[in-house]
Amino acid sequence: MAKILVLTETSGNNVKPVTLEILGKLNGQDIEVASLGELSSEAIEQLAKHGASKVHTLRGENLSVYSPEGYSQAYSGFLKSNSYDYVFAGATSQGKDLIPRLAGHFDAGMASEVTNFVIENDEFHGTRPLFAGKCLAKVEIKGPKPHFVTVRPNSLGLPEAPAPNSGEKSTVEVNPGTIRAFVKEVIKGASEKLDLTEANIIVSGGRAMKNSENFKILDELAEVLGATVGASRAAVDSGYAPHNMQVGQTGKTVSPSLYIACGISGAIQHLAGMRTSKVIVAINTDPDAPIFTKADYGIVGDLFKIIPLLTEEFKKTLS
Amino acid sequence: MNILVCIKQVPDTETKIVPNQDSNFIETNSIKWIMNPYDEFAVEQALQVKAANPGSSVTVIRVGKVHDTEALRTALAMGADEAILVEAEDNLDSYMTAKALKGSIDKSGKSADLIFTGKQAIDDDCLQVPQLLAQMMGIPSVSVVVGFEQSEGKLVLKREVEGGALEVYEAESPVLVACNKGLNTPRYASLPGIMKAKRKPLAKYSLSDVGVQAEDRRVHYSNFHLPPEKPPGKTFDASDESKELEVVQQVVNLLRNEAKVI
Repeated sequence: MAKILVLTETSGNNVKPVTLEILGKLNGQDIEVASLGELSSEAIEQLAKHGASKVHTLRGENLSVYSPEGYSQAYSGFLKSNSYDYVFAGATSQGKDLIPRLAGHFDAGMASEVTNFVIENDEFHGTRPLFAGKCLAKVEIKGPKPHFVTVRPNSLGLPEAPAPNSGEKSTVEVNPGTIRAFVKEVIKGASEKLDLTEANIIVSGGRAMKNSENFKILDELAEVLGATVGASRAAVDSGYAPHNMQVGQTGKTVSPSLYIACGISGAIQHLAGMRTSKVIVAINTDPDAPIFTKADYGIVGDLFKIIPLLTEEFKKTLS
Repeated sequence: MNILVCIKQVPDTETKIVPNQDSNFIETNSIKWIMNPYDEFAVEQALQVKAANPGSSVTVIRVGKVHDTEALRTALAMGADEAILVEAEDNLDSYMTAKALKGSIDKSGKSADLIFTGKQAIDDDCLQVPQLLAQMMGIPSVSVVVGFEQSEGKLVLKREVEGGALEVYEAESPVLVACNKGLNTPRYASLPGIMKAKRKPLAKYSLSDVGVQAEDRRVHYSNFHLPPEKPPGKTFDASDESKELEVVQQVVNLLRNEAKVI
């Protein structure tokens, strides 16, 4: 059995869903979880229910806010006094920044943003998209241990029948060392919605939205669906939406269960960023738009008419 | 101030990617190579810092294969002062790349007061090299940077995180800054800039010059393949106004009862 540590992050009282996805997939291994900072009793319960044999909460000075140096030092100290084969984390904003630096502490290899994996005879075999998902490849890690892996949120899915474990709690004092680049303030985002990379439903607008004002109809649809709003590069480059909303090869790669593409023609670099969405709906006036080749349900029509109708219909269906 | 910029050359975003015959990488013939889009923001920011700090110099470094076009020349034409090329295959892993960058910086004898990179390369999408390089150099790093201010020796850096929130970092040089779109608007190379670039120094090293061996490879790829094609979906024609409501009702019904996603 491989000895594995999963680093978790919380959102409110709960652990982020990607942690539970990872735990579910690791079923059958010796799994422990670590977190920086206190975990709520609900969070510990969730982790135990999903197979954590131990839950370590790490405590130290200057760790209430993320910093790449502080967090990597703290986890590095903890990892050095234990012997794990693998360290897993979600490919969240924090995971993507922290894990490569942490791997650097060990001169160890790391597989970034895998979308699937197995552990066979204690060996990790992963699959990950490259070129924004235009291509997939098998990935393996060699060299000094522990090996590090980040997993793209929403790609494994939550386990249907999680195998519970004891979730024995321990508190560990850690030393973050000197933090030279530190967060002195966090400016909240305009939206309280889930980030595109974690969203379950995305409503996205393209150049045909014509201006930023018109994105309001997407906001209304998103509101009804509990969705996050995205945009194509054409819409971002035209100034209709900020870059943090961009989906595609030079924006965010997403895999929600439902992606609604509104007035997006489907340039290759956009398709690359959203093709792993489970169900794709496309609305476009041009029946030959490439987006229709990827859509499960295509609607050839005027988005300014279709979207308000969709909003109304969803409202009725979901009420 | 010595400013270093690490750039990568990647296939153009419009490139159709095809696995090679051995399935251990992609087919690289007939690809149009460009400077990694995020690295353009890094070069631009370096040039702006140079302008604000007279006496500074900007050195661009690339690890990779020599193709028809040379992203380093583009950076020199934009205004960088000199360039270092570490010749290597296109499929190095992040650890080897970071080690080669560190090795080339050591070999050049340059201090690294500021290092700029893109937040990620859009080919392997690993997002590891900036953080690994910073760790190897023993300096802090801030990634996904969309705001850069310099005042009285201090740097204020805005890092974009989930939901469009920003972490505002305070740091001092030396620090590595991994740049995101939105940080600035990269300049185009001017014609005189392109002419001048031809005469600017470009040092070439091999991987062994910078201390990278085959055993440094940490990540092994195989079985490159295209994602499975989706079976064709259903398309509904609502171009006629009278059909709009009917089509919308049909699609909402399918999403609920067939696809079961709402």
